[in-house]
Amino acid sequence: MTELTAQQRVLIARHPQRPNLDDYINGLFTGFFQQRGDRLCGEDAAILGGVALYHGRPVTVIGTRKGRTLEENLERRFGMPNPEGYRKALRLMAQAEKFRRPVLTFIDTAGAYPGLEAEARGQGEAIARCLLELSRLTVPVIALVTGEANSGGALALAVANRVLMLENAVYAILSPEGFASILWKDAARHGEACELMKLTAPDLMRLGVIDEIVPEPDGGAHLARAIAIHQADLAISRHLGELTKLSGGTLAADRQRKFRAMGAAAPGEEGP
Amino acid sequence: MNNIFAKRRDRLLAMKAARDSYIPREQRVTCPACGGQFVRREVSQALWVCPGCGHHWPVGAYYRLSTLLDSGSFRELNGKLPPADPLQFPGYPAKLAEARRKTGLDEAAVTALGTIGGHRCVIGVLDGRFLMGSMSAAVGEKLTQAIETACRRRLPLILVSASGGARMQEGILSLMQMAKTAGALARLDRRGLLYISVLTHPTTGGVTASFASLGDIILAEPGALIGFAGPRVIQQTIGETLPEGFQRAEYQQEHGFVDAVVPRGQLRDTLALLLRLHEKGGRHD
Repeated sequence: MTELTAQQRVLIARHPQRPNLDDYINGLFTGFFQQRGDRLCGEDAAILGGVALYHGRPVTVIGTRKGRTLEENLERRFGMPNPEGYRKALRLMAQAEKFRRPVLTFIDTAGAYPGLEAEARGQGEAIARCLLELSRLTVPVIALVTGEANSGGALALAVANRVLMLENAVYAILSPEGFASILWKDAARHGEACELMKLTAPDLMRLGVIDEIVPEPDGGAHLARAIAIHQADLAISRHLGELTKLSGGTLAADRQRKFRAMGAAAPGEEGP
Repeated sequence: MNNIFAKRRDRLLAMKAARDSYIPREQRVTCPACGGQFVRREVSQALWVCPGCGHHWPVGAYYRLSTLLDSGSFRELNGKLPPADPLQFPGYPAKLAEARRKTGLDEAAVTALGTIGGHRCVIGVLDGRFLMGSMSAAVGEKLTQAIETACRRRLPLILVSASGGARMQEGILSLMQMAKTAGALARLDRRGLLYISVLTHPTTGGVTASFASLGDIILAEPGALIGFAGPRVIQQTIGETLPEGFQRAEYQQEHGFVDAVVPRGQLRDTLALLLRLHEKGGRHD
């Protein structure tokens, strides 16, 4: 297959028939029990979470959830979480810690929802708290970027020991449209932004931001969902097997070291 | 001997603070909020808070430090920084060079050791003049090193934010600084050390969604815009005009995200009190 451009990958990553969180849950787990609500004020359908069996062992599953129909997408704000979603995720992380379950996260979101209510209830604080709590969990954390993953709204679920990414998924500071609009005041230049942002899996692998690329069927995961999910299964189970051998303290230290090294001064290098 | 060094450090900070390009040079100053006209000395004595309406002018990092730290206590932390322009973004090196020339800063953050009311602390200040105080890998690295210095020396930490959020030209590596600083704060938290976050105008985006929201104590300057999404983006999303005072410091206090809105003239005393209240030896252990 010829190498796709970054812009083509963005289109594939957003394809409406691409496997979504429900497909991964059906394909990878048995006995999924959905947990709802943040125990503070609400439930957010844009983040789905719960407990399930993965190859016979209990895990905590948390993911952003896009819908396929318009109705589903309206209810889930196209997979853009509110603070209640992140606070539900925090509650589930704390339970994973208590019951010593690994945390598996699935990320496909245009970002946290930029709404008035979301701001009133502390979107920034909710995301910040996720970053802090994820960084210090003493159970294995594996994140899989399945579609598009933008901004702090995606990172909130991606502070993991291993960050895996589907071949045609994209992961960036924000959407190429938002990027072009902030930098050049012209959202129409998003194509140009795609190529400059280094948002594809191979780019991010080179930058050391992700740990493994999960191969997709030719043309993209939407053409053969079962194959894509099987590939994800192979990668997740291999990494989980490695991580479950480590102690809790090592897992937290390993995760913090990994992110500590991003954009750090190289040894012996002088600053400006 | 110590005294000579203290005086020299004091002069250095005063000199750097005086370069603050935010601060109007004219002898007569007009407040951008109320339009009132004042004599420069009157406004500068009020730490650049409008004597008429209380508007807080933005101020640069060294100026801010000169208003908070005890005289002679400023010692800048100059750590090693990562290479600039990690994504080889077109035009970015020139932008950085221009920001450096204009501000006299190497990056959008200054970190230091110092004392406030006699209490030792590590302090980091973002400077909105430098590419809107945006978080580059270098800013994330400076702040992380400051947090680690606080951990090593078992000192309280104060971070004063003023930032538009992520540094677009550093893309995903800018985003990763959110996780890096939050992880460092987890280590500070584990050691039982105090972290005070001070939010000044504006504190938005990835800075709000990481270290700025994680303080044990969170203070804000009056009128400061504080939020994750910017008002323009929210307005586009919901298609309505935003209510008066939305996302301002007072609004955030009302919604439970800020302990206290503190006018600039009281910030130093408030910080000194908080440091005193958390002092080692004063604890019940």
